[in-house]
Amino acid sequence: MNLQLTEDGRLRHLLTLDGLPRAILTQILDTAESFMDVGEREVKKVPLLRGKSIFNLFFEPSTRTRTTFEIAAKRLSADVVNLNIATSSQTKGEAILDTVDNLAAMHADMFIVRHGQSGAAHFIARHVAPHISVINAGDGRHAHPTQGLLDMFTIRRFKGEFHNLTVAIVGDVLHSRVARSQIHALTTLGVPEVRVVGPKTLLPTGVEQMGVRVFHDMEAGLAGCDVVIMLRLQSERMKGARLPSAQEYFKFFGLTPEKLALAKPDAIVMHPGPMNRGVEIASEVADGPQSVILPQVTYGIAVRMAVMALLAGTGNA
Amino acid sequence: MHASLPDVDPLIAKLAAAMAPTLTPDTVIVGIHTGGVWVAGRLHALLGCKLPLGTLDISFYRDDFSRIGLHPQVKPSNLPFDLEGRDILLVDDVLHSGRTVRAAMNELFDYGRPASIRLAVLVDRGGRELPIRPDFAGLTLAVPAHQNVNLSRLDDGHLTLSLA
Repeated sequence: MNLQLTEDGRLRHLLTLDGLPRAILTQILDTAESFMDVGEREVKKVPLLRGKSIFNLFFEPSTRTRTTFEIAAKRLSADVVNLNIATSSQTKGEAILDTVDNLAAMHADMFIVRHGQSGAAHFIARHVAPHISVINAGDGRHAHPTQGLLDMFTIRRFKGEFHNLTVAIVGDVLHSRVARSQIHALTTLGVPEVRVVGPKTLLPTGVEQMGVRVFHDMEAGLAGCDVVIMLRLQSERMKGARLPSAQEYFKFFGLTPEKLALAKPDAIVMHPGPMNRGVEIASEVADGPQSVILPQVTYGIAVRMAVMALLAGTGNA
Repeated sequence: MHASLPDVDPLIAKLAAAMAPTLTPDTVIVGIHTGGVWVAGRLHALLGCKLPLGTLDISFYRDDFSRIGLHPQVKPSNLPFDLEGRDILLVDDVLHSGRTVRAAMNELFDYGRPASIRLAVLVDRGGRELPIRPDFAGLTLAVPAHQNVNLSRLDDGHLTLSLA
């Protein structure tokens, strides 16, 4: 049984993009499109989730994701409560469920969960009452589905279609939940060539089984690409010496104007943020004409509105 | 069952004739998805409006969202003009409970403050649940609650009414 879907195939929780059918991904992107103009209007709100209580449950720090979820919920007229829960490696599953139970007793309708451990959102989703929906806002190295969706939305806005694209994901794939969500979404949506580019030490073993082509040479990996997605070098998660130094990394895998010139002339450059300028990406590229990094942030609001609206509609059926 | 309902084109012509004398330079026509947009498009052409046609999808304003969820095919609303001070002619295909019109008015006010809103419908089938009535109606019927009046569009663009 798929925990994310109802018996009749509607979205019940959003925990991972792995295994979500193309029709659901497309429905989310289409719904997001119709939310795009809400942010431009005089009243930047629709009354869809009036009276609903949404809890942002962040066990791990985040600025952009938490803020865009908060704005998205507010634009849907929901009441939002932000909880930044300082956590330590000793945090036990039992303590998390106690927190969840207490919030459920305050009549929560939806939990948005970020946690350092893979599977945390699934754990909560299995525990909550049937009327409560859970959105995974990033769990360990596992998944970050709304980031993956907003990246697909960005690609569709700038490129129109998926079936004729070559997309390169460059950098620290090993530690990246964003990359996993992107790869699932890109392959489900029919992108014929998804590449992962990075040093051997930062690519997970067996990544080819996800349906991607592996490149250890950035020049070769970028050649002819329509979309270049740079990943943050997750130095804070790096244990042991996987890399000689940040400067060395930039030399081989940092995106410079010279390397970008190997991709198609109209290629777009994406980054989930926060960026390490001068480590994985040069400022000239990050702020350059091919960068769509700031539109990604704007689109993230509409995409998160779409996910919340679809979940809230299902939860009350 | 296909009860005989009149042809749509003469009804739209009748609506246009009734609306024409009331137009001002600030009048904008706004159709409600989906059938209302078809009718509004015809009226827009017949009346020769200068300002572009507006379209409204009221999915985010429905009062039955918490019971039936989000409509599977939400279309973006498109109001390519400033609403401030405009005279809006809101157009729908079939007026029944009045809930769609209420939702549409709520949405319009989130875009700005129009000077006035008037309502034109192709068919007023009765059965109101709110204090709303049309300013212009192509056809007024008393249809029993268990029946539906539907407007459909053929591939050639031809509009037809049916009762089921």
